[in-house]
Amino acid sequence: MQQRSKYSFTEGLRDGVPIGLGYLSVAFTIGLMAVRQGLSVAVAVVISATNLTSAGQVAGLAVIAAMGSMSEMALTQLVINLRYALMSISLSQKLDSAFSTPKRMLAAFGMTDEIFAVAASKEGCIGARYMYGLILIPFLGWTLGTLAGAVAGDFMPASVKAAMGIAIYGMFIAIVLPPATKSKSIAICAAMAAAASCLMHYLPVLSGISDGFVVILCAVAAAGIAAVFWPLREVPA
Amino acid sequence: MMHVYGLMAVMALVTYLIRMAPFVAFRRQIQSRFLRSFLYYIPYAVLSAMTIPAIFSSTASLISAVAGFCVAVLLAFRGKSLLTVAIAACATAYLAEMLAGLL
Repeated sequence: MQQRSKYSFTEGLRDGVPIGLGYLSVAFTIGLMAVRQGLSVAVAVVISATNLTSAGQVAGLAVIAAMGSMSEMALTQLVINLRYALMSISLSQKLDSAFSTPKRMLAAFGMTDEIFAVAASKEGCIGARYMYGLILIPFLGWTLGTLAGAVAGDFMPASVKAAMGIAIYGMFIAIVLPPATKSKSIAICAAMAAAASCLMHYLPVLSGISDGFVVILCAVAAAGIAAVFWPLREVPA
Repeated sequence: MMHVYGLMAVMALVTYLIRMAPFVAFRRQIQSRFLRSFLYYIPYAVLSAMTIPAIFSSTASLISAVAGFCVAVLLAFRGKSLLTVAIAACATAYLAEMLAGLL
């Protein structure tokens, strides 16, 4: 049913460059944050290399700083990173027939918001080689950015550090807006998710819910409504 | 320190399993039209909910965040690359912060 993917390792590398460069700046702030909380440079880099996720790491650092329990850590990561499960299910539908279980176990490590978004936007099915290429540079960018932030962050003016906080959100906007201008249903879905997120953030009754959980609730509701009212006619295979 | 290593291990393990289990388990095309549509919309919904309203508290002040947000939206509308949009948003936020400091 699914054929071999036409995308090469090199093409994956190329698609990964902008993601990797974007990760450099975001990881820089993560490295900075980790060292500020009293962690060593090595620990900061190991956390980035083994997690490869921004929101999850920010939350995880908070748990470590508070010396929380193992179960608190597990629950925090589960809730905040649950969206990756949805992305993994979504992308599993696009894999070519040569994508075996060991290859899936390896490629799954690199499932981030941006890598998913780029892989999901490719036409037709995708193969393991393309995924490895796509993951490699973002992984290096994330790890090296954390190292740089942890080591050199102290020399950076506070004003520059503060301005860099917006980088990752700029990337998210650049991912969502172009398809939203072409598809009314994507635009409505994104707007619903954003509105729900604001509502849960600012309504006093609901504002006690953790950020990661807010994202899941809003996304599931918005995507669910969009799927009911504007179901796909054909599968974008 | 041992406890920190334990927390790090739990953190990495849970994050990996969340990504890996569904990727390995789902081998066949999902037949349900609703589920397929739902999964198609999920990334846009997740990224939107993560960005708004968090972007407005991502810099030192609301003014610089709004400025960066507006520039990001404008450039994204024009189809600029992820990196261009991200850098422009940072630069705008930085400049807005400097200008606000002068006033």
